[in-house]
Amino acid sequence: MSNFVELSIAKAINAGIRKSMENNSKVLVFGQDIAQLGGVFRVTEGLLDEFGSRRVFNSPIAESGIVGTAIGLAMRGFRPVAEIQFDGFVYPAFNQIVTQLAKLTNRSEGFFEMPVVIRVPYGGGIGAVEHHSESPEAYFAHTPGLRVVSPSNANDAYWMIQQAIESRDPVMFFEPKRRYWQKGQVDLDQAPMSLHSAATVRQGSDVTIATYGPMVVTALQAAQNAAAEGINIEVIDIRSMSPIDFGPIVESVKRTGRLIVAHEASTFVSISSEIAAKIAELCFYHLEAPVIRVGGFDVPYPAAKLEELFLPDADRLMEAVDRVLAY
Amino acid sequence: MVQLLTVDGDFIESKEHSVYGELVRQLREADFLKFYRDMARIRRFDEEATALQRQGQMGLWVSAIGQEGAQIGSGYGVGPNDHIFPSYREHGVAITHGVDLMSIIKTFRGVNHGGWNPKENRFHLYAIVLGTQTLHATGYAMGINFEGLVGTGDPEKDLAVITYFGDGSTAEGDVSESLLFAAINNTPQVFFCQNNQWAISSPVGTQTKVPLFKRGEGFGVPGIRVDGNDVLACYAVTKKHMDDARSGKGPSLIEALTYRIGSHTTSDDPSKYRDPAEVAEWAAKDPIIRFERFLRKQGIGQDFFDEVKIAGDELAADLREKTFAMTEPPMELMFDHVYSEPHPLIDEQKAWLQAYEESLGGHTSINNGEETPKYGGTH
Repeated sequence: MSNFVELSIAKAINAGIRKSMENNSKVLVFGQDIAQLGGVFRVTEGLLDEFGSRRVFNSPIAESGIVGTAIGLAMRGFRPVAEIQFDGFVYPAFNQIVTQLAKLTNRSEGFFEMPVVIRVPYGGGIGAVEHHSESPEAYFAHTPGLRVVSPSNANDAYWMIQQAIESRDPVMFFEPKRRYWQKGQVDLDQAPMSLHSAATVRQGSDVTIATYGPMVVTALQAAQNAAAEGINIEVIDIRSMSPIDFGPIVESVKRTGRLIVAHEASTFVSISSEIAAKIAELCFYHLEAPVIRVGGFDVPYPAAKLEELFLPDADRLMEAVDRVLAY
Repeated sequence: MVQLLTVDGDFIESKEHSVYGELVRQLREADFLKFYRDMARIRRFDEEATALQRQGQMGLWVSAIGQEGAQIGSGYGVGPNDHIFPSYREHGVAITHGVDLMSIIKTFRGVNHGGWNPKENRFHLYAIVLGTQTLHATGYAMGINFEGLVGTGDPEKDLAVITYFGDGSTAEGDVSESLLFAAINNTPQVFFCQNNQWAISSPVGTQTKVPLFKRGEGFGVPGIRVDGNDVLACYAVTKKHMDDARSGKGPSLIEALTYRIGSHTTSDDPSKYRDPAEVAEWAAKDPIIRFERFLRKQGIGQDFFDEVKIAGDELAADLREKTFAMTEPPMELMFDHVYSEPHPLIDEQKAWLQAYEESLGGHTSINNGEETPKYGGTH
């Protein structure tokens, strides 16, 4: 028996955090403006009223302090869920995340687990000013000791945030901010899959598009457009950028022989670079074309009036589809 | 500045600092002897570790010579249930909380990152990136607050946290942020700054325009300066402020004014940037000699000092023997505990290295646990 409700991604994350807080009194939620306001995207709305100011509280505007104290709280046995207000503001905390959070379990030979979730609204498409539209996930995926995930739909958002909070390891939880208001059916009873599994969200036989977060919807649009032209595209939602579940991608590429990897982040030394390299290794004899990467250009995220040109859209994916099919 | 012992080892009766003097009066002779033994022990350890580094037994050694008074005194001022978040030069504080000295040798030899259980010792692992540990301490202290383990009046329950850092670290943003987080959360916490006046080659004036004990004031963390070469003052001031923190009076900052007699590390060359006259001036204020004078004036005889000297020689011999006997760390150490939960990439790479080593004829420690040849064994 499934118990479905329709929620936006933002509301689904909210509901997921609420569920985790109900289940475990050690879960704390903090960050800038997350208490009375509920965060600038209202993801934590209502949690203060429900759980009180000991468990839901505003932090000073000091990202390193937010993550550094989250580490100390985790050492004391708490499960902190810290919000970084925007992607471009995570860098003051980069040192604490990379040199401390990611390494403390290894440094302490397992005496300390680091069940810390760092929520980061990321990606562009909302017409924002500088530093509010970035996709920094590759920095963190490159760092041993971190787990890096991103939901693309409300059901995943509801379940993945709970799985991230349950994880005994630090999880960078990237939330696709331009899809916050995208609604979907959420199954309140049953998780769709484990946190680090990739999902095949559309079956196809000609070309595989692997992507994650905000671009899953874009890939599905491209697949729909391609279908009108008689091209059958398979879409894989990677869901987890570290570790990456290569199984479904390999299985798909062995059938289609063609892979496009897409994301908003700049392509140079990116998640798509890693997937392209790995698939070349694992599917060498099955590939009919080189793996093509579609992403943001290797420039600083541009001013908002240029972001439509920067961000890969369904047409840019179609262009790549044409290219892989030309081999 | 709180000072309770003159350089000649006379106890200073001071009205202004009577609260600290009173804490010293509560100590017994056995406590004094323990302070001296540990200062001498850590000095001998430091000298022997430097020699071992020079013999190639360690990649690096970080000397704390000159800071024994600040470290042993403050270490014993910390309650048995309190938590300590050190930087990387706190060998003296470590022994006051039962850390095995060989663990510190291992750290600088490159065997592991310390290996002790921070939960058991309540002395956390050395933090190499300056200032990072101060935020962990503040977060930990926030947690103690949330659990209501402050100001209950039950000495078995109440807890406080102390974090150690140097004058150089005070310039790091993390230290400022932790002072702020501590103040607004009224954490049960002491910030213990050992101002040894040199951050590698940079004098303390490079890091601050105001005396460091005032660094916390703007954040709402009151500070006090103590003579860092006076073990009794360091003990009393730390004990008082940790007691206050445990009782709910909030965070405070202690600046222990001391001096780094040695180099920053064995890779450093202070002769390039430091006036020998300055070093000599501070060597004359040596915390161990000062305390020895005090003890002799209390009637402690030569037998005790002879006994300490012999214990030092035994310690040095033991350190050498144990260091020479150290085996290489097992290969698993690199892969295990990167994550607490299974991770396919790590598992794959661990299995690959194991198979690779075996293909070279080397026996790895994956199965037998002990010795691991560094480059594929006898082949």
